[in-house]
Amino acid sequence: MEKNMNYSEYQEVTHRCGQLWIWSAVCIVLFVPVAVCLKYGAWPQFTSVLKGLLGVAPIYWTVGFIEVVTFTPMLGTAGTYLSFVTGNVSALKVPAALNAMESAGVKPATEEGEIVSTIAIATASIVTTIIIALGVLLFAQLTPVINSPALKPAFDNILPALFGGLGVVYISRNWKISIVPMVFMIVLFILVPSLGRSVGILVPAGIILALGASRIMYKKGWL
Amino acid sequence: MNNTSSFSPNSPFMYGLAAAVILFVFAQSFFFLIRAVRRAHAVGMDISIVRKTIGSTALFTLAPAFSIMLGVITLAKFLGLPLPWIRLSVIGAITYELPAATSTANALGISLSETVTDPSVFSAIAWVMTLGIIPSIVLPPLLIKKIQKGIVQIKTKDEKWGDIFMTSLFMGMISAFSGMVFSRVREGLPGLLPVAVLAVSALAMCICGLLVKKAHVKWLENYAMPFSMIAGMVFASCASSAFGL
Repeated sequence: MEKNMNYSEYQEVTHRCGQLWIWSAVCIVLFVPVAVCLKYGAWPQFTSVLKGLLGVAPIYWTVGFIEVVTFTPMLGTAGTYLSFVTGNVSALKVPAALNAMESAGVKPATEEGEIVSTIAIATASIVTTIIIALGVLLFAQLTPVINSPALKPAFDNILPALFGGLGVVYISRNWKISIVPMVFMIVLFILVPSLGRSVGILVPAGIILALGASRIMYKKGWL
Repeated sequence: MNNTSSFSPNSPFMYGLAAAVILFVFAQSFFFLIRAVRRAHAVGMDISIVRKTIGSTALFTLAPAFSIMLGVITLAKFLGLPLPWIRLSVIGAITYELPAATSTANALGISLSETVTDPSVFSAIAWVMTLGIIPSIVLPPLLIKKIQKGIVQIKTKDEKWGDIFMTSLFMGMISAFSGMVFSRVREGLPGLLPVAVLAVSALAMCICGLLVKKAHVKWLENYAMPFSMIAGMVFASCASSAFGL
């Protein structure tokens, strides 16, 4: 019974369940285009897929690798297996986990942190899936409302609205750690605006910078 | 054998596929949710933390979820509803799927201004969308244990540095996304709207923090994040004309 397991035994079971779920998800994801091809007898030409893939794969595969390496420590075990299946990791799952752990007063990479981040990520996945399903069911009625010019600026500015609140919480508690990466990133994006389209690649740069500055300050006894 | 005449991106078959995928996502999410709640009980965690986490996360997720739904509607114009529904419910994000569809359409020399009716074009787009994001789902099970082992080693060696290490990871991500908000400031007034939204959301969070700490409005603690986010978005809607949009 899981109830009587210690944390490391519980984590081992989480890994086994997670591996089962995520490899099943790989099969399901690949089954979708296969099913379309089989049902309609419409296998695409290899060169068409290759050409289309060449336009996106170099950047997507790089960003995919970077996201896995950078976000896995933040998401916890179950959170990682769930987030990388349900997607929208950087704009929804990581902030949801972060906000929940902060509100609950628990630390990441602890048992309490694992529990709280899993609950937050699972809730975010369920709510998102329900909202999208409702959107599909009410497509005709909702399209004019969602596409209305009055709401467009609100949806265009979800990320600033999200990171404004989240930033204040984190910066106020860890202002020394935040100075170097924040100043660097703000100056960088002002000087090179085109980087706004490749923020995924700059996350590890921000992390390396934050880690480097923190290490120096820690060694000097400033933290 | 090309079934072109009977093909529709909105066929019942496609909806059936979408329903199966959505059920899988639900099953996985509920599985981990129930397991985590049971574990919280087993380790004696305060159940009110569990309830508050679920409530505040659900509220916090509403705005991003509507934004994702907007992505489904955008893609539905040329791919029908079921495929974008599948792609944005599993792994995908509009920032991946739209360029993937556009790249394939360009490679095939077709326009995405109207609904795709050729099944081979549709299947090519479905394959590019799928293969484009496949490392994001294949790599976690292969790398997770190695990454976590590294984190445990850091924490075991020096616990204080371990905590600072984790905070720095989060701070690196927050700094990149917050910095991105400034990428349009050189466009003039319209480019300052995202910065103003960031500031309003930050201000709303500060007010919530003061209400929690000074006025002891304890319940607000768990809802401060969704409230500040909504404040930022409402401001964006109301003030867009003042920013020349």
